[in-house]
Amino acid sequence: MSEHKDIFVVVEQRDSEVQKVGLELIGEATRLRDELDPNQKVVGVILGENVKGAADLLFQYGADKVIAIEDAMLKEYVTEPYAKALVQLINDKNPEIVLFGATSIGRDLAPRVSSRVGTGLTADCTKLTIEIDERDEVPRKLLFMTRPAFGGNVMATILCKRTWPQMATVRPGVMKALEKKADAKGELEEYKVAFEAKDMNVEIMEVVKATNKSTDITEAKYLISGGRGIGGPEYFETLQKLADVLGGEISASRVAVDSGWIAKDRQVGQTGKTVRPLLYMAFGISGAIQHLAGMDASDLIISVNKDEGAAIFDVSDLGVVGDLKKIVPKLIEALEKYKAAKEVQ
Amino acid sequence: MKIVVYIKHVPDTNEVKLDPVTNTLIRDGLPSIINHDDKSGIEAALRIKEQVGGDSTVTVVCMGPPQADVALREALAMGCDNAVLLSSREFGGSDTLATSTIVAAGVAKLDYDLVITGRQAIDGDTAQVGPQIAEHLGLPQVSYAEEVVEITNDYIVVKRQFEDRYHIIKVKLPCLITALAELAEPRYMSVAGIEKAYATDITVLDYEAMKDVLPLEKIGLNGSPTNVKRSFGKQAKGAGTVLADLTPDEAVQAIIAKLEEKYII
Ligand SMILES: Cc1cc2nc3c(=O)[nH]c(=O)nc-3n(C[C@H](O)[C@H](O)[C@H](O)COP(=O)(O)OP(=O)(O)OC[C@H]3O[C@@H](n4cnc5c(N)ncnc54)[C@H](O)[C@@H]3O)c2cc1C
Repeated sequence: MSEHKDIFVVVEQRDSEVQKVGLELIGEATRLRDELDPNQKVVGVILGENVKGAADLLFQYGADKVIAIEDAMLKEYVTEPYAKALVQLINDKNPEIVLFGATSIGRDLAPRVSSRVGTGLTADCTKLTIEIDERDEVPRKLLFMTRPAFGGNVMATILCKRTWPQMATVRPGVMKALEKKADAKGELEEYKVAFEAKDMNVEIMEVVKATNKSTDITEAKYLISGGRGIGGPEYFETLQKLADVLGGEISASRVAVDSGWIAKDRQVGQTGKTVRPLLYMAFGISGAIQHLAGMDASDLIISVNKDEGAAIFDVSDLGVVGDLKKIVPKLIEALEKYKAAKEVQ
Repeated sequence: MKIVVYIKHVPDTNEVKLDPVTNTLIRDGLPSIINHDDKSGIEAALRIKEQVGGDSTVTVVCMGPPQADVALREALAMGCDNAVLLSSREFGGSDTLATSTIVAAGVAKLDYDLVITGRQAIDGDTAQVGPQIAEHLGLPQVSYAEEVVEITNDYIVVKRQFEDRYHIIKVKLPCLITALAELAEPRYMSVAGIEKAYATDITVLDYEAMKDVLPLEKIGLNGSPTNVKRSFGKQAKGAGTVLADLTPDEAVQAIIAKLEEKYII
């Protein structure tokens, strides 16, 4: 029996609002727990100034237990106080697995925590499984952490066998949250950390939130995406119309972003966001491996490209070889008619 | 001010080709470059040196095989003053934790007020090594640096990017920052710089030179907590139907049929 137990999910909040990736990871953790040992717990760990109110939400998404670490020093994210708190908690509780969202906070915090604890960390995982390494003399269940490397060209499965806990960051949008269970309950533990003034080793002079409330494309159900082939920034207005009839959002390839046609937070791919919408429509996107890395797990992929050899077709459920400029306006018109006809019924 | 920049010499992943039969990476002949974010870190260091003046220096550090020397020469040609190569058989097979242990030991042998690394490398994409170096050196870190707002001999003020906001952060030196590619557009090498680069000696630190601060059980394959169990070419999602030679109206019909079939509309 290992003395390490339970799966900890470090749940990110911003302005006390739980980030979706935390709920996705709790869902994933319940699946891993079922494979690993049904007697272990999925524990949501949340840090902030005033955050224990979020516990119910975490129970509703599958956490058995929530550990809340509250302190004025944790109000805004600063590496050292957060790292100190988690290191103390991990050393104290000995979890088997610790998961973080691979957000800009998770990727700042997790390496600091893992190196202080003296364990390994696998970044940006896209798949987690519990398996046995057949090379082991005494078989035991391990976390198999799979991640893209070489710019998405290769997938590597990583193990952390000699040190604990097994730690990973996971990209937002990759795992699926469980259905919300409104009446779920769990155990809440308030954990105390004694901070000292010197733990605040940087000074936040200013916090500036993005003004035009940026839409998070990872939250969109439907994404209508444009690449170089749309020809210029104006065409995003047309794609926006298509997104509007469907109730979706627009997104883009890196070329469209780098050309200044659309904001960077709409970029899909290795250096943009990983998305997993119910529908991803790609217009004038060639399907470079770095782009596919961010969208190929979408439920339904429909693409239009005039080059029948375009790599985007390799991942598309439906590919149409043709000129998007001729197809998109007709598609918008047809969908508007379709909607109008449905409303009459 | 003594500035140390840690860079990585990486295969240009843009040029990566997969073997169509085995679905594995073809590494032969893959050109290597200075990692993008790291190059922006070099540029930021050079600008800070110019701004602070005095006897400021920029020392560039790279870990890798002897061939990584090319990356250091390029950094010297951009204007860095000194170059250090961390290279030893014992370092092979290191994961990010072991790598950061080695780099931190190398940096600890130098004088530094400010350490700059790139945010992440294009081959590994982990973004871990910078924060891990900071941890080993006991330095505060500011990652995802997008802009140096102010620099003095005592502190640095940095604009730090998050998904939905940015922070303006003031940190006392010494500290470590990790650079985004946006931090500073790298300059080109100058002719004089290239000449100087080849006239400058590169210091090589191997395991022997660092063993007083570098426990063997913490480096290389055996000192790495994580190991690659297997790697494989990415499995493409099974392709569906590709329709060619349709009129625009037929194309629209095909798309609508698909959306209906999947209950999108
Ligand atoms: C380290 C690194 C990271 C990267 N990260 C990302 C990333 O996160 N996201 C990303 O997207 N890219 C990323 N890239 C860039 C990537 O390699 C490609 O360059 C980029 O995705 C190509 O964008 P595109 O498909 O819009 O343009 P192109 O490759 O130029 O494709 C345009 C397509 O439009 C089609 N087309 C043109 N006109 C029409 C028309 N009228 N009708 C129909 N089709 C038409 C063409 O046939 C072509 O297939 C990265 C690259 C590197 C090196």
